[in-house]
Amino acid sequence: MAHDYDPERLGELLGLLCPAPEGWARAAQELPFARSSLDQIVARAEADAEFRTALIADLEAVLEQNGVDPEPRLVDALRRRLPEA
Amino acid sequence: MSQPALLGDAELVRRCRAGEPEAWNALVERFSRYVYAICTQGFRLSEADAEDVYQEVFTRVYTRLDTLRDDAAIRPWIAQLTRRLCIDSRAARAREQPAAEPIEREREQVLSDLDEAFVVREALAELPEHCQEMLDRFFARDESYRTISSELDLPLGTIASRIARCLGKLREKLEGRSEASDPSSV
Repeated sequence: MAHDYDPERLGELLGLLCPAPEGWARAAQELPFARSSLDQIVARAEADAEFRTALIADLEAVLEQNGVDPEPRLVDALRRRLPEA
Repeated sequence: MSQPALLGDAELVRRCRAGEPEAWNALVERFSRYVYAICTQGFRLSEADAEDVYQEVFTRVYTRLDTLRDDAAIRPWIAQLTRRLCIDSRAARAREQPAAEPIEREREQVLSDLDEAFVVREALAELPEHCQEMLDRFFARDESYRTISSELDLPLGTIASRIARCLGKLREKLEGRSEASDPSSV
């Protein structure tokens, strides 16, 4: 497909891809770490009944105690993966 | 060439799969604007819905990278994933509060322009740093000549001519690319 890249068209195209709002890319970049923390917490909850009960009672607090920022998306993901009490 | 930001798509995907954090950061950086634009311009999602879709896209890319059959086809794969999630998001929202859907033809034009814009940004990434910054500030971040002049410590009267020169370089880069990919040009 032939394109006519005159300066006006180039300017329009450059203007189409604006940066995503502050923090969105950073959150996506931290995914692997969040996911790894999540895996560890789920594994511990599966192996340790006391920890599991505490976790289910107050997810956010337990995450914080374990050095994980309890941001809503992570809390929801964890809730979905937790074994039933 | 080992800096992830400079790698081709296939090599970048291979390194992400190998678990290199810097490669993942570069992949998010490379596709961030594109995913955001599909959500907000192609499907006109609200900022909150766009953020949900955006994060879900990258979560799925991360967790399903092993299912990508052709590593070089990451861009169309991400585009398809984003479109599907945007459609789901709009459908869920329409059940709560029906709103006017963008006309399909109009949407396809926007999405096609975004694909073209992505190619232009790839070419931009090959220009000298000062040109990348100048063009990004003026066109994508909508900064005024005055702001650019003050931020980059350049005389105000030179901004327009610098932008024009950088656009010229960008055009040469794009024309070089299309000649290289057009067998009839050799």
